[in-house]
Amino acid sequence: MNAEPRYTLYHPRWYRRRVSVWWWLQNRSYAGFVLRELTSVFVAFFAVVYLWQLRALVQGPEAYGQFLARLKTPLFLTLDAVAFLFVLFHAITWLNLAPKAMVMRLRGKRVPDWVILSSNYAAWLVLSGAVAFMLLRG
Amino acid sequence: MPSTVALTVARYRPEKESEPTFQTYEVPYRKDWVILDALNHVKDNLDGSLSFRWSCRMGVCGSCGMKVNGTPKLTCAMFLSDYLPGPIRVEALDYFPVVRDLVVDLTDFVRKLKQVKPWIIRKDEKPPAEGEYLQTPDQVDRYKQFSMCINCMLCYSACPIYGLEPSFIGPAAIALAQRYNMDSRDQGAAERLKILSEHDGIWQCTFVGECTKVCPKHVDPAGAIQQYKLTGATHWVKSLLLPWGTR
Repeated sequence: MNAEPRYTLYHPRWYRRRVSVWWWLQNRSYAGFVLRELTSVFVAFFAVVYLWQLRALVQGPEAYGQFLARLKTPLFLTLDAVAFLFVLFHAITWLNLAPKAMVMRLRGKRVPDWVILSSNYAAWLVLSGAVAFMLLRG
Repeated sequence: MPSTVALTVARYRPEKESEPTFQTYEVPYRKDWVILDALNHVKDNLDGSLSFRWSCRMGVCGSCGMKVNGTPKLTCAMFLSDYLPGPIRVEALDYFPVVRDLVVDLTDFVRKLKQVKPWIIRKDEKPPAEGEYLQTPDQVDRYKQFSMCINCMLCYSACPIYGLEPSFIGPAAIALAQRYNMDSRDQGAAERLKILSEHDGIWQCTFVGECTKVCPKHVDPAGAIQQYKLTGATHWVKSLLLPWGTR
């Protein structure tokens, strides 16, 4: 921006503010939004661990045992715990946004937000329960 | 109860300064005064050079949008009593070029609004003698929320995406496009799809959701954009599977 402002009668001299790199620290919802975007890194982390697990499985029982032992090290336990918290944050904020994107109509009336929200949560609980049941049964 | 409250107002006088500065005025505190009343008090009694836009004083015209203590607000709807003990900081809306003091230039929005064709498009217009296009209350209900927009620009000022990517069509324009897409009398959805599903349309939005929070008329532009993403994605899948069916 020019330090010496010039004034022209018929062309306004606008002031344009640059967006700061730290715009997302301006308020809590911006920070929450950037945090939600960052959770994708942790979703990717779980995907990579899963691929790694598949590779170990293909390589045989010894490699798989090694893989399991490595997952039990404090480093991986901490990483897993942190990643789990972020993925949980991702899931909850994602489900909370569902009623905005899904507008359903029953007999001409819009289905209220809480119905969509609670049915999403219910589906999440049922699926998580089914997965937990399959894993813990054996 | 205080007898006065401090109003810290952003001043930008392009003939004098190269960037905005702040000036503080002591205005009388009255519990029935909104921030716009305080600004008008400054203009009438303390400093006639202060510039700002306003018209209806009742949340209908959408002229008096400004940033109050950092949040985009209609200054005719916010009471001084909500901001006690002060000082109350009033600035021009973010992301728009400031013309003077609290006045911003909205040319960019008006151009984008025109691009999304916010009017009823008919393939064949029936002659006036045949009467109006009738709607049931349910059909009105589908778009009514989006039609409440008063173009106050609070949603643009709250949208960091618009700040970072000024080519983004933006919340209000997309909500208004959706207002016509959902209207049973309209047949122009295909024409609007082109502009809305381009790079600068709905896909720029990453769902920060602030536009909906600041909207004084409860239009829910964030909802409109997400719903349209579904329409856009469905159309894209259809055009892949049935390339001849979507023309």
